[in-house]
Amino acid sequence: MTENGIGAAVRRKEDHRFITGQGQYTDDINRPNQLYAHIIRSPLPHARIRGIELKAALDMPGVVAVLTGKDMVDDGIGGLPCGWGVNNKDGSPMTEPGHPPLAADTVRYVGDQVAVVLADKRSIARDAAELVDIDYEELPAAASLSAASAEAAPAVWEEAPDNVCFDWEIGDAAATDEAFASAAHVSSIDIVNSRLIPNAIEPRVAIGEYDSGRDEYTLYTTSQNPHVIRMLMGAFVLSIPEHKLRIIAPDVGGGFGSKICHYAEEAIVTWASKRVNRPVKWTADRSESFMSDAHGRDHISHAELALSKDGDFLGLRVRTKANLGAYLSTFGPAVPTYLYATLLAGTYKTPAIYCEVKGMFTHSVPVDSYRGAGRPEACYLLERLVDRAARETGIDPLEIRRRNFIPRDGFPYQTPVLLEYDSGDYHACLDKCLELADYKGFEKRRAESAERGKLRGVGLSTYIEACGIAPSNVAGALGARAGLYESGTIRVNPTGSVTVLTGSHSHGQGHETTFAQLVTEALGVDFDNVDVVHGDTGKIPFGMGTYGSRSLAVGGMALMAALEKIKTKSRKIAAHLLEASEDDVEFVDGQLRVAGTDRTVSFGDVALAAYVPHNYPLDVLEPGLDETAFYDPKNWTFPAGCHICEVEIDPDTGVVEIDRFTAADDFGRIINPMIVEGQVHGGLTQGIGQALYEQCVYDDSGQLLTGSYMDYCMPKADNLPNFEVTTNTTLCTHNVLGVKGCGEAGTIGSTPAVINAVVDALSELGVNDVPIPATPERVWDAIRTAAHNRAVSA
Amino acid sequence: MSITVSFTLNGEPVSAEVDNHTLLVEMIRDQLGRTGTHIGCDTSQCGACVIHVDGRSVKSCTMLAVQAEGADVGTIEGVALNGKLHPMQEAFREYHGLQCGFCTPGMIMSALDLVQQNPDPSEQEIRQWLVGNLCRCTGYQNIVRAVRAGAQAMRS
Ligand code: FES
Ligand code: FES
Repeated sequence: MTENGIGAAVRRKEDHRFITGQGQYTDDINRPNQLYAHIIRSPLPHARIRGIELKAALDMPGVVAVLTGKDMVDDGIGGLPCGWGVNNKDGSPMTEPGHPPLAADTVRYVGDQVAVVLADKRSIARDAAELVDIDYEELPAAASLSAASAEAAPAVWEEAPDNVCFDWEIGDAAATDEAFASAAHVSSIDIVNSRLIPNAIEPRVAIGEYDSGRDEYTLYTTSQNPHVIRMLMGAFVLSIPEHKLRIIAPDVGGGFGSKICHYAEEAIVTWASKRVNRPVKWTADRSESFMSDAHGRDHISHAELALSKDGDFLGLRVRTKANLGAYLSTFGPAVPTYLYATLLAGTYKTPAIYCEVKGMFTHSVPVDSYRGAGRPEACYLLERLVDRAARETGIDPLEIRRRNFIPRDGFPYQTPVLLEYDSGDYHACLDKCLELADYKGFEKRRAESAERGKLRGVGLSTYIEACGIAPSNVAGALGARAGLYESGTIRVNPTGSVTVLTGSHSHGQGHETTFAQLVTEALGVDFDNVDVVHGDTGKIPFGMGTYGSRSLAVGGMALMAALEKIKTKSRKIAAHLLEASEDDVEFVDGQLRVAGTDRTVSFGDVALAAYVPHNYPLDVLEPGLDETAFYDPKNWTFPAGCHICEVEIDPDTGVVEIDRFTAADDFGRIINPMIVEGQVHGGLTQGIGQALYEQCVYDDSGQLLTGSYMDYCMPKADNLPNFEVTTNTTLCTHNVLGVKGCGEAGTIGSTPAVINAVVDALSELGVNDVPIPATPERVWDAIRTAAHNRAVSA
Repeated sequence: MSITVSFTLNGEPVSAEVDNHTLLVEMIRDQLGRTGTHIGCDTSQCGACVIHVDGRSVKSCTMLAVQAEGADVGTIEGVALNGKLHPMQEAFREYHGLQCGFCTPGMIMSALDLVQQNPDPSEQEIRQWLVGNLCRCTGYQNIVRAVRAGAQAMRS
C-alpha cells in the first residue's frame, strides 16, 4: 500500500473548499442579466384548470413573462420521460401517462407545476405569482395507497381507472404454494413501509442559459447524473441535440436519490431561457422541496414465511402495493419491482419465493429512489418477518438466521428471484457484530434498565443489497431504457500530473479523494498531483452518474480499465526509452524499470516523452497519454452485513432511546476506510430516522401535512448514539478490485434492527408490532393497548 | 423601499442597497457575493445559514438585513486567517466532519460560538448545542468528534 493509495484513510481533497466557504453549489452561481423564476404550484391535489388570468401579474413592474402549460404545448414541448418500463403479469406494458413539465389542463398533486413567473428579482417573481389568478375546478383526490385502492376511488388517470399502473410478479408461484402446503408453521406480517422525503440539505436549483449566437443551451442543476439529464431532457422534452446542450452539476449538497430524477424545473428554465433570451434561475424553497422532490418508500405489504418444524425457511410469499405518486418519475417503476422484490431472498437460502407488486397512482408527489431504493423496503419486511417467526417458533433469533443463511461455501448462489450472489460470509459478519455489540452482556444491561424502570430491547437484522446495477443488457431485458455502464478518462498531463474525468458524480461521497487514491496506487503519481473532474457534460465523457452505490464498483472500474491502458502504453514508451523489450518493463513505485536491472525511467519522463515525442516510436505509437474506458459491470455487487441495535424505552412516555448501535458490513475491498465509515454513519442515521422520527403524511383530502421541518422530523445530533462500525471483507469476484459499494447499506439494515429492538423491549408486555416511525405516542399507545388486551383476556 | 445597509463583514466595511424585507442571508449571498453561507430551509431550522453577528451565532435567514446596520458580521469566509485554517476547520477535515459540505459552514460557525462560551464542551453538550444545525450526510458522529477536537486545539 502506498501512503495515499488503496486502503489509506486519506483526508479528503474536496474538504478545503467546503470548510472555507469556497464550495460552488448551484445556487452560488449567478449569470449576467439573469431572471428569477418562481413556479406556481397547485394548492389542490386534483383539479381541472378552467382558466388562468395573467394580466395583473404581467402588469407588475419587473415581471418579464408568465408562462403556462399552454405555452409549452404551443412550443411542442414533450413530457418528462420515465426511464424504466415494467410489464404486467400478462406481459402487457404498464400504463404510462404523460408528464407535462407544466400542467396544461389538470393538476394531480399538491405542488404540481402550473405556471412560471419570470422577473428581475426573486421577490418580484414571488409577489407577482400571488396575482396570477387560476380558476380550478376541484376534483376528488386520493393521495394514499388505501384511498387510491378503495372501491370507486377517484382515478388519477382515465387510462388507469383502478389506479393500477402495473400488476407485476416475480418468482415461482406454484413452487411457493407447494412450500406452504408442506409447512409446519407459517408466520405472517402486515407491513407498512412509511413514506419519506429525502431532504438533502441543499434544495434543488436550476439555471437555464441560452446562447443565441451559438444556438446552445447550458443548464446548471443540482443533479447526481448530468448526462442522464442531458439525454432525457434533450431527446424527450425539449428536442435539443446533445451537442447543443451542456449540463453542469457543480458541487451538490447531498442527493440520496432525490437528485437522480429529471425534474420539470430543469426543463422549464432551459426552455424559458430561450423564450426570453436571458438566463433563468430557479431555487427551491424548502417548502417547495417537500412538495416537489421525489419522495421515497410508501409500501403496504402482506408477507408470509413457511417454515419446517426445525425452523428452515421453505417459502416466502409477499403481496405489495407501492405508491408511485401521480406521475411516473424517472426510475419510479423500477424501485418497487426490480430493486425491491429481487432482494427478498435476503441472506437466506429460502428455496421458493413469490412476490406480486401493484404499482399505484395516487394524487401525491411522484415517488422514486431514496437511499437504498427498494432494498430497505425488502430488508425491513424480511427481517421483521424473520424475527416474528423466531418468536412464534421459540427459536432464538440468532439461531433461526444462522440456520437459514446461505453458507460460506454456497457461492455463487442463485436466488429464486433473479439475482446471483457472487460472494459473502454472513456468519462472519454476524459473529463480528455480536462481539462488537457485546451481545452477551445484553441480559445484564436489560436487568440494569429494569431496575431504573426502563424497558430494554435488542434487535438485529442481516441485510443484503444489490449495487452497481447489472450488465446493461440484463437491465435492458428487465425494462431499463438506458445503459448502466460508466466512463472514465485518465488524462496524464505532459509534466506527469493526472486529470481524472469520471462519469460518476460526487455529492458528498468523496470521489475526488477515493478516485485519486486509485490513480496514486496504480501509477505512483503523487496524490496532490491528481485531480478529479466530474459533473460537467462539457468536460467529461458520456457517463451515467451516481446512484445505487455504483460509483466505485462501476465508475471506479472504468478508471481501473483506463489506468490499465495507460500502464500498457507507458510500458511501450518506456521500453523504447530504455531500449528494452516491452514485456520486460514493470511499474515500480512510479518508475518504469527493466525487470531485474536498475535501468529505470520515471513515469513523469514517460509522460513528457508522450507529449514531446522527439525520442519516441512514432511509427508504431500515437503521441499523448490520455485513455478513456467504458466499463459495463458483469453482475451486480452484493454488499451485506449485520446490524444490532439496543434501545431503552420509558414505558411512561413511550420515548425510545437508542443506547447502542453496531454494524458489521461486508463492502468488499475498501479504498478509504474513513470515507466508508462516514457513509455508514450517514446511512444508519437515515434508517434510524425512518424507524423513529421521519414520516411524510398526507391528510384524507390529499393535502401534504408534513410540509416543513416543523412537521417532518429530521434526526438531530441529540437523537443519535455513537455508532460502532466494523467491516468483514469478502471480495467481489467479478471486478478487478473486489469492491462492492457502501453508500446505502446503513439505511438498509438499520430500520428493522431498531424496530426489532423496540418490539423486543415491549414483547414482555404482549406487544408484537409497532409501526414506523415508532414515535413516543405510538409506542405509548402500543403499551396501553397491550395492557388493555391483557386485562380484557384475563 | 430600498435602504442602504452598512456593516463590517469579516473585518471589512461593506454596504449595499437592500429592500426592507431583504433577509441578512440574502444580502450576504446575493449582494455581497459571499456564498459560503447557505440557505437550507425557510423555517429557521436547518442552520446552514449560521453566521456571527457581534460575536454570537445567528441564523442569518432569521434576521433582516437592516437589523445588521453597524454590526460586526462574521461568515465562514473570514474564519481562516491569512490563508491559515482555523483549528476548528482543521478538525472538521481531520475527523471527516463533512461529506457534501452544504451544512458545514453553519456547523463550523455554530461550533465556534459554542466553544467561545464553553471551551471544553462534553459530547452531550455538543449534541444539544447542534440541534439547530441539520446534517443529512454524516449522522453527526464525526461532526461531534470534530467539534471536540477543534475545541481542544483552540484551548492549547
Ligand atoms: S436557512 Fe435554514 S435555518 Fe436559516
Ligand atoms: S455534510 Fe451534507 S448536509 Fe452535512
